[in-house]
Amino acid sequence: MNEDDVDRIDRNRRHFLTVATAVTGAVGVGFVAVPFLSSLKPSARAQALGAPVEVPIGSMQPGEMVRVLWRGRLVFVLRRSEEMLARLPQSLADLRDPDSEVIEQQPDYTANETRSVKPEYLVVEGSCTHLGCAPLEDFEVRPAENWGGGFFCPCHGSKFDLAGRVYKGVPAPTNLRVPPHRFVRDDLILIGQDTGAA
Amino acid sequence: MARIEAEVGKPQGGFMKWIDDRFPFTETLKYHATEYYASKNFNWWYVFGVLAFVVLAIQLVTGIFLTMNYKPAAAEAFASVEYIMRDVEWGWLIRYMHSTGASFFFIVVYLHMFRAMLYGSYKKPRELIWIIGMLIFFVLMAEGFAGYLLPWGQMSYWGAQVIISLFGAIPGIGEGLVEIIRGDYSISDITLNRFFALHVVVLPLSLIGLVFVHIVALHEVGSNNPDGVELKEHKGPDGVPLDGIAFHPYHTSKDLVAIIIFLMIFSAVVFFAPDMGGYFLEHANFEPANLTATPEHIAPVWYFTPFYAILRAVPDKLWGFILFVLAVLLPVFLPWLDRARVKSIRYRGWIYKSALGIFVVTFLALGWLGTQPAENIYVLAARIFSVLYFAFFLLMPYYTTIDKTKPVPDRVVYHG
Repeated sequence: MNEDDVDRIDRNRRHFLTVATAVTGAVGVGFVAVPFLSSLKPSARAQALGAPVEVPIGSMQPGEMVRVLWRGRLVFVLRRSEEMLARLPQSLADLRDPDSEVIEQQPDYTANETRSVKPEYLVVEGSCTHLGCAPLEDFEVRPAENWGGGFFCPCHGSKFDLAGRVYKGVPAPTNLRVPPHRFVRDDLILIGQDTGAA
Repeated sequence: MARIEAEVGKPQGGFMKWIDDRFPFTETLKYHATEYYASKNFNWWYVFGVLAFVVLAIQLVTGIFLTMNYKPAAAEAFASVEYIMRDVEWGWLIRYMHSTGASFFFIVVYLHMFRAMLYGSYKKPRELIWIIGMLIFFVLMAEGFAGYLLPWGQMSYWGAQVIISLFGAIPGIGEGLVEIIRGDYSISDITLNRFFALHVVVLPLSLIGLVFVHIVALHEVGSNNPDGVELKEHKGPDGVPLDGIAFHPYHTSKDLVAIIIFLMIFSAVVFFAPDMGGYFLEHANFEPANLTATPEHIAPVWYFTPFYAILRAVPDKLWGFILFVLAVLLPVFLPWLDRARVKSIRYRGWIYKSALGIFVVTFLALGWLGTQPAENIYVLAARIFSVLYFAFFLLMPYYTTIDKTKPVPDRVVYHG
């Protein structure tokens, strides 16, 4: 290549072609990445397995709690006694979100004083809102510790009351999540669905 | 005529020349071993790089053999590990070598990193070696974490639950990100399957690639030494550093001694204490994963506990996550946080010596606290040590500037 040839190189054109090729390639890589990234999302089968579960509650005694799995997540169903319900308003000042104002943590129809459809039956996910450990039930009342019963997470010490409401000064930021659920009959709860037929 | 043809076809210089004309074999060997000159005054702190390489080899070989009998499915994983332990010939040995190897990997790597802090090996011109090394450390953490889920024991499951939930703390994208990591609404068979892919393909490949780059970068600038002097500044007439000796056969024979001692200790653990009192293999993990009950006392394996203690010391989810990430990332910036004019601890003043001493105590204390329950006195101690941990890094630009250093000799010296 002699000097005349070098002069004839259209650098703008060459620059444009380089950039255009690179951009086209990058867009192509972007498109190809979509199927790969999408394959990481919950599959159709995983979604199907997340179907609602039925919990018979006819034989539950006041103060009794059962654990069920919905979508592989632990769900607590607690039949609260009259005495337990009476204690709910006692520690409101110590709670971070006593009025269930964080809307993602429960369906509208449980954003009430007892965080439930029927006051007796509490349905909450047994997954600490801090880092997902399963809280332990601790229904014993200990006035000396200002503890009216509730849930205690063994991992990092988060505390929740008998409506799954989080106490102040613990690492969990929000109340225990209430999953969508409805009463099919008086003695049967359906977890994972709140409208339509079971 | 036939004789001439034979002469022409005969390779000049033998088999190695034939190879070298097509692949730089001898040249590579010289560059990286027989004519790679490292300081003649290396001490015992300089064996951990080679030992890390040995552990990597152990993990790769035992890992490959484990995959031949392990089943990455929630319904079968736990039983397949027990099958390896009981029914596969020598399966218990291969599995214990792998599980013990994981802990030894971290022991060796932590000591290797501490060596760099003792002798300022991360300082100019070796900043990139340090950063690549930190990337290796991050991949190693991911590798250890993914591998810990595979036996599908109680601690596998709930440990993964806790660590994956950490990402949920990121505002906005957190929940979606967690779903993509798990591939499900909870940790399930799908999660186990993809962690297996990460553990046996993605992360080991990254690890090998990064180790290769780490060594290429090291051999480009040359190894540091306990005096922190640059060997390349004093070369003989033949271009060989006056204080350097060839990596092979001199350093390799010294390393061989270290490897033998290391393997003796390693074997002792594999044969006599593979669970190391619950530190290398946690007792809760001898039970299969139970989705309905978290173990009473949950703690990650020991090599994560210093960072876990920092996470737990913060009574807020998002800030706990931020400080956890920061604690892991901060060492990356050491080359720029450290403003001292000298590299080696031998020529530093009392301030840095004290700071490094406090840091070692802090790191060990956090490690121990991370294994303890999150109760009052432990949480308070974890908070104090967390402050010290961050102070070591964040105040470093200040205290390394005012520290009185001693003059560094031109050439390496022997102490004792």
